[in-house]
Amino acid sequence: MGVDIRVENLNAWYGSTQSLWDVNLHMPANHATALIGPSGCGKSTFVRCLNRMHETNPIARAEGVVSMGGLDIYKDASPVEVRRRVGMVFQRPNPFPTMSIYDNVASGLKLNGFRKKRVLDEVVERSLKQAALWDEVKDDLKKKSGASLSGGQQQRLCIARALAVDPEVLLMDEPASALDPVSTAKIEDLIFKLKSSYTIVIVTHNMQQAARVAENTGFFLTGKLVEFAPTTKIFTNPSDKRTEDYITGRFG
Amino acid sequence: MGGNARQYGEGALMPQLPARSANWERFIAIRRSATNNSVTLITILSTVLVLVPLVAILGYLLYKGFSSLNLAFFTHVPAPVGEEGGGMANAIVGSGVILALASAMGIPFGIGAGVYLAEYGAGSKLASGIRFTADVLNGVPSIVMGIAAYALIVAKQQHFSGFAGSVALAIMMVPTVTRTTEEMLATVPHAVREAALGLGIPKWRTILSVSLRTASPGIITGCMLAFARVAGETAPLLFTALGNQFFGVNLNEPMAALPLQIYTYAVSPYDEWHRLAWAGALVLIVMIMVSVSLVRIFANRGMLKGGS
Repeated sequence: MGVDIRVENLNAWYGSTQSLWDVNLHMPANHATALIGPSGCGKSTFVRCLNRMHETNPIARAEGVVSMGGLDIYKDASPVEVRRRVGMVFQRPNPFPTMSIYDNVASGLKLNGFRKKRVLDEVVERSLKQAALWDEVKDDLKKKSGASLSGGQQQRLCIARALAVDPEVLLMDEPASALDPVSTAKIEDLIFKLKSSYTIVIVTHNMQQAARVAENTGFFLTGKLVEFAPTTKIFTNPSDKRTEDYITGRFG
Repeated sequence: MGGNARQYGEGALMPQLPARSANWERFIAIRRSATNNSVTLITILSTVLVLVPLVAILGYLLYKGFSSLNLAFFTHVPAPVGEEGGGMANAIVGSGVILALASAMGIPFGIGAGVYLAEYGAGSKLASGIRFTADVLNGVPSIVMGIAAYALIVAKQQHFSGFAGSVALAIMMVPTVTRTTEEMLATVPHAVREAALGLGIPKWRTILSVSLRTASPGIITGCMLAFARVAGETAPLLFTALGNQFFGVNLNEPMAALPLQIYTYAVSPYDEWHRLAWAGALVLIVMIMVSVSLVRIFANRGMLKGGS
């Protein structure tokens, strides 16, 4: 089951450049939250702070409180523990090129030392079904490489891989921006189904996408969270002038 | 050109090129295909030029060496001066043992250093020091490696040994293996590493099971290059393994090796020994080709269809 995410006074830097300024927000459990904003506004940095991927860049650092279901992920957990509980799907599909479809999905468990074949089989099947990919790949799970699938299938494979470790939160950084409209629709359907069991945070440049999948939407601008509100309110009656300018296409 | 004007109409957005006569256009077309053909011809000629000495050497080796090859060559040790027959069984086995030990020592150290350079030390002073040292080491004449191993091991132990030869060859392998490992790891997309870290896989495991595995075809090629290079080295073995006229697999004693045996026989005044030297050279090349191919076949097994 998903957990809620509470962010308090989050600041982030790349070297001496500050890219996030005092972000505060609360994302409820088992809901989808969309983050919108122009390129370079800090929304990707923000999601990368939620699973501590931000700090894999040697010059990057973050300060503030991020708590998930009450657990302060910067104080009470190691980065590796955090990432096991917070799955991530990236902008470009990134399956492991040398691994089969099966091994790609099982990698999170296998590479952490889990070896029980019967359980792995079950997890792989469940995750691929959750990612709506099972029917397309079930006949060559171990024969084909993950890199041999189409772009849209690869992205669903990456979602299955993230789900296989049974996370509580799923972060998606523009998961459909490199995909065609058909694959995009499949991913959106998927988000819709998945949010009953996971807390989903999705970064998107596509405002219709935000409106379709998310209950809440946050608007970022130059590293600051300008507005965070129910999606319908953001798109019909935003309280900040800058949000209105952005969603009506007056800048950005 | 003319076609553009027809296609887009007068005053359309396409820039208008000055009109050319039909003869001019034909001239340009002929000139283009002439340039294309001559450049293609140059590349073919260069390929032939590169292949000619290679094929000539192999062919001459086959011609000279094959006639002297017989079962005794593989089963007998060298015959004393003045006696007919004899073989290089001791040198073939000696080369195999020395090279196996050299690979077992050189390849892991080389890969380890390459992993450090690519994954941990990026940008650090230590890393640029190691990189510089590796490049210098790569250019050091092989005889210097032999002297180094002599000073480090032979002089200390007061006797020549196959082990000392292995160490000299291992040191020669390290720079090539290190640099290829580093370069191949650098070609692994950052996104693949991020995928692994994002799944909560620790960094060491990510490097071992994802980065190295993705880069493995290139790393294996690098190891094979290093192996093939040292397999034919004579100079580093002169002061270390020394050579041995008798059969033995004790690494603590002077040991025979094919390049040494070929050298000894080739500079000798006897026709019989010259023939054996040719046969030895042929066997050495075939040994290198077979081991490199075997590793390739072995490494390609289990590769998946459709992967990149």
